Amino acid sequence: MSFSDADTSVPHGLPPTADDLCAALAELMRPHIDPAHTALVGIHTGGVWVAHRLAAALGLKTPCGAIDVSFYRDDYSQRGLHANAHGKKVSQIPFDVDNAHIVIVDDVLYTGRTIRAATNELFDYGRPGRVDLAVLVDRGGRELPIAATYCPHRLSLPATQVLALEHAADGQLSFRLIDK
Amino acid sequence: MTTPPRSSNPQLNAHGELQHLLTIEGLSAEMLTRILDTAVPFSGVAEREVKKVPLLRGKSVFNLFFENSTRTRTTFEIAAKRLSADVINLNINTSSASKGETLLDTADNLAAMQADMFVVRHASSGAPYLIAQHLRATGRDHIHVVNAGDGRHAHPTQGLLDMYTIRHYKKDLTQLTVAVVGDVLHSRVARSQIHALTTLGVPEVRVIAPKTLLPSGVERMGVRVFNDMREGLRGVDVVMMLRLQNERMQGALLPSPQEYFKSYGLTQEKLALAKPDAIVLHPGPMNRGVEIESAVADGKQAVILPQVTFGIAVRMAVMAMLAGH
Repeated sequence: MSFSDADTSVPHGLPPTADDLCAALAELMRPHIDPAHTALVGIHTGGVWVAHRLAAALGLKTPCGAIDVSFYRDDYSQRGLHANAHGKKVSQIPFDVDNAHIVIVDDVLYTGRTIRAATNELFDYGRPGRVDLAVLVDRGGRELPIAATYCPHRLSLPATQVLALEHAADGQLSFRLIDK
Repeated sequence: MTTPPRSSNPQLNAHGELQHLLTIEGLSAEMLTRILDTAVPFSGVAEREVKKVPLLRGKSVFNLFFENSTRTRTTFEIAAKRLSADVINLNINTSSASKGETLLDTADNLAAMQADMFVVRHASSGAPYLIAQHLRATGRDHIHVVNAGDGRHAHPTQGLLDMYTIRHYKKDLTQLTVAVVGDVLHSRVARSQIHALTTLGVPEVRVIAPKTLLPSGVERMGVRVFNDMREGLRGVDVVMMLRLQNERMQGALLPSPQEYFKSYGLTQEKLALAKPDAIVLHPGPMNRGVEIESAVADGKQAVILPQVTFGIAVRMAVMAMLAGH
């Protein structure tokens, strides 16, 4: 099951802004979630910002969780531990995971490895009833059999480019395309 | 951070990353802070349903304890297991003859069993360094060595967990007055604490001990020396008690444990001279009624049990950083 309607939710001709995409993503999710029971878990850091936007837009009762996948990455032996968390406890799941309907939220879906790691970590907190995936942008380049349940925008970017969500001091979210 | 040449610090690899953890001496403030920062998210692992992360999955960690220690060995074992490593504990009683040879033979044998990390506790100063040097000389740099206490030299993870504890309660280390109290002469813990405190910018580090339990030239480590405990405790933010190491004492350094307690035991009455919000640390195991009064050890200002808990997160951080390179 996958819900995607980039063509209808975003004006033609203009690249969608991060705010447009957050709003479009919320509308994709709205018919399928129960505000009293669905819980969001954002992936550190961009996914956490998006999760908070979605929770507000959808009026969710359960506080958002957050996951830092540094301890679960499969490229750990090559990359090592980065100064990921800046001395903070990032992974926090403030609700009971057992039997919960959880939507993992991230900014950009790329190889799928982060989602694999986040799903594994989620199961170390309990056994969710169901897990969905919501992302603002699917940029292609999957290396694992993972697909977003909700995604308002698809792109095909070469491996030489990084699409990053940025958070301004005034809370504004924006995408930036960086050449590696 | 600039990369020092390899010869300047045997703990760092060619990229300036931590290869072994042998001593705090010579590590930069940035490196110490990075270890402490890394430990913070690890402290959250224990609060979850599954107290494990897969970082060291498939790695073999050998605890080589040539000297007894229950707490240190256990916390290293828990830390490695929470990182999903396989842990093999070896309690090796040193024979009197040919220690050096036996030590390296042991290391060679375990290396042949595809060890990824050695956690070494040894009564002789420099034993972990000897193993690290031997591994390097024989081209087995991929095996990491963590010093879990060597002789009177160093106990770096204890020093780090003490810094983590102080930072947890006091936030900013650069405004503190810290007193290290007791048997500094025999204490590897004290040496690691003093190096860590001065490196991290603690402006006043005091050492409180009788003259017979102070190493000569201790002032050169950047500390103020007090022989009078009451004078030394005045206005301090942190009191770091040391264990009186009876098993390491030879000759008459002290009149008696009772005499020692009278002059250098931490009582509530003496602790009242420190700042009202001062915290009390002790690396354990405690000699109640010798260096610390039970009312203090069990009192509100003691953070001795949190030290044990933080020690697991700090050891997880060290092992994860080493194995990640």
